[in-house]
Amino acid sequence: MDTLILLVITGLGLGALYFLVASGLSLIYGLMGVLNFAHGAFLTIAAFLGWEAGRRISDGTWTGLVISALVGILVGATVAVLTEVLIIRRLYERHIEQALVTVGISLAAVALFEGIWGTDPIYTDRPAWLTQTTEILGARIPNDRFVLIACAALVLGGIVLFLRKTRYGLIIRAGVENRHMVTALGIDVRRSFTLVFAIGGAAAGLGGVLASVYYGYVSAHLGSVLLIFAFIVTVIGGLGSLTGAAIASVLVAVLQQFANFYLGGTGDLVVVVLLAAVLLIRPRGLMGKAA
Amino acid sequence: MSGPVADEPILSVRNLYGRIAGQQVVEDVSFDVPATGVTALLGRNGVGKTSTIKSILGLIDRTGEIRLAGERIDRAPTHRIVQRGVAYVPEDREVFGSLTVAENLRLAERDRSPRRELVASLFPDLEARREQRAGTLSGGQQQMVSLARALVNENRLLLVDEPTKGLAPRIVDEVADALAEAARTAPILLVEQNLLVVRRLAERVVVLSSGRVVFTGSAAELLDDHDRVQRFLGVHDEREAA
Repeated sequence: MDTLILLVITGLGLGALYFLVASGLSLIYGLMGVLNFAHGAFLTIAAFLGWEAGRRISDGTWTGLVISALVGILVGATVAVLTEVLIIRRLYERHIEQALVTVGISLAAVALFEGIWGTDPIYTDRPAWLTQTTEILGARIPNDRFVLIACAALVLGGIVLFLRKTRYGLIIRAGVENRHMVTALGIDVRRSFTLVFAIGGAAAGLGGVLASVYYGYVSAHLGSVLLIFAFIVTVIGGLGSLTGAAIASVLVAVLQQFANFYLGGTGDLVVVVLLAAVLLIRPRGLMGKAA
Repeated sequence: MSGPVADEPILSVRNLYGRIAGQQVVEDVSFDVPATGVTALLGRNGVGKTSTIKSILGLIDRTGEIRLAGERIDRAPTHRIVQRGVAYVPEDREVFGSLTVAENLRLAERDRSPRRELVASLFPDLEARREQRAGTLSGGQQQMVSLARALVNENRLLLVDEPTKGLAPRIVDEVADALAEAARTAPILLVEQNLLVVRRLAERVVVLSSGRVVFTGSAAELLDDHDRVQRFLGVHDEREAA
């Protein structure tokens, strides 16, 4: 029983990380049809600069972690907006060029980060509580999992509130369904594109800082690893569906944990098999719109 | 927003060419839309009526000269053209199915004082369904939402594409009533296959064939000439096309 609880909560923590990356990917694809392979680079630069800011001000403390998170959010949003305004905006409706240029950005970014921070992981100091465990029904749960789950829940709640209660949220929801008709109502939908990139980049930035808490290090490849699973989550959840991304994040991460524990470390393989099954049986994903 | 001078057309289209995926769908089309009343854009299926409307709005690649009350709009993006007072009611409604009726209308509001009372008086059924998702409405109700989105703002021109397509006869009458009321507030360029509706609403017609204009004149002149109706529209009389 305690193993089950540990696997589920650890899976939820990992799922929270996946969701923070996948939420932006899903919104960006849903509104603009852009498969943004550069999203992992937003996460990595935010993780590095967040860590740099936190350790300089108050290393290994809650203050340092909060500063890391705030800087990570700001950096993620800024880099995402710059990418959209300077590069992606010129390539809307040109899907092959978008894929090529975002893949190029992601590769160049990893090389740049390795040049600045080196090729080896840099281990980070965290507040002492985050390195401890809490016992729940006999299972000793690492405390950082609770922080990850809480942050992802807050981000999910915040994005849902934004989408439901604001005019820009209304434009984004309508744009995900039919962006040409939004334009035909006299709305400059490109402003929403920039906003969605900012939201996605901010979530990825927070994800980058929290990933450094989860793994205990920052590295130039942090974003690349998480991006693969975030894409899998986005496809399984249904491209463009935030709710689908949230459900699929939990599903994939929990399944991964169980497979790793009970099937001899085959978590990644099982996730890929699940992706193949979803693509064969329900290509639009759990909650994606029908083609 | 300045209105057109007397006798100046609200919309002037000259040498319009439109392309979809590299294929020419509108070819050298020229016509005017007067500043009052309803002008019907007619033609057989597939002649380029919808593409002409989309070209005017910039929803597809186009070249040519398009003037709204004398001002060039052919280089403006779609949202700017709409902001200048050109409302669009698309073929197949294109309501946002996951949004409620109220959200569909709120999204369309671009004026500081949207005409909510006018919309409520024209479409009382929508008032009762404000919190219903538009995707769950009947075809007729979705058409009402689509029309209401256009009429909630003050417009200089309405572009209305096949508003009665696929609707039951009773709903067709309701849509025609709403369009007649809307025509009091702004001129309409109407694409319509139902010739009974055209006779009721339109003063003028522009007929397209193979992407080109082949007839312009009064609606009665065309509809009373069965040979022309047969030749241009491929039907024998109005009831057949209804």
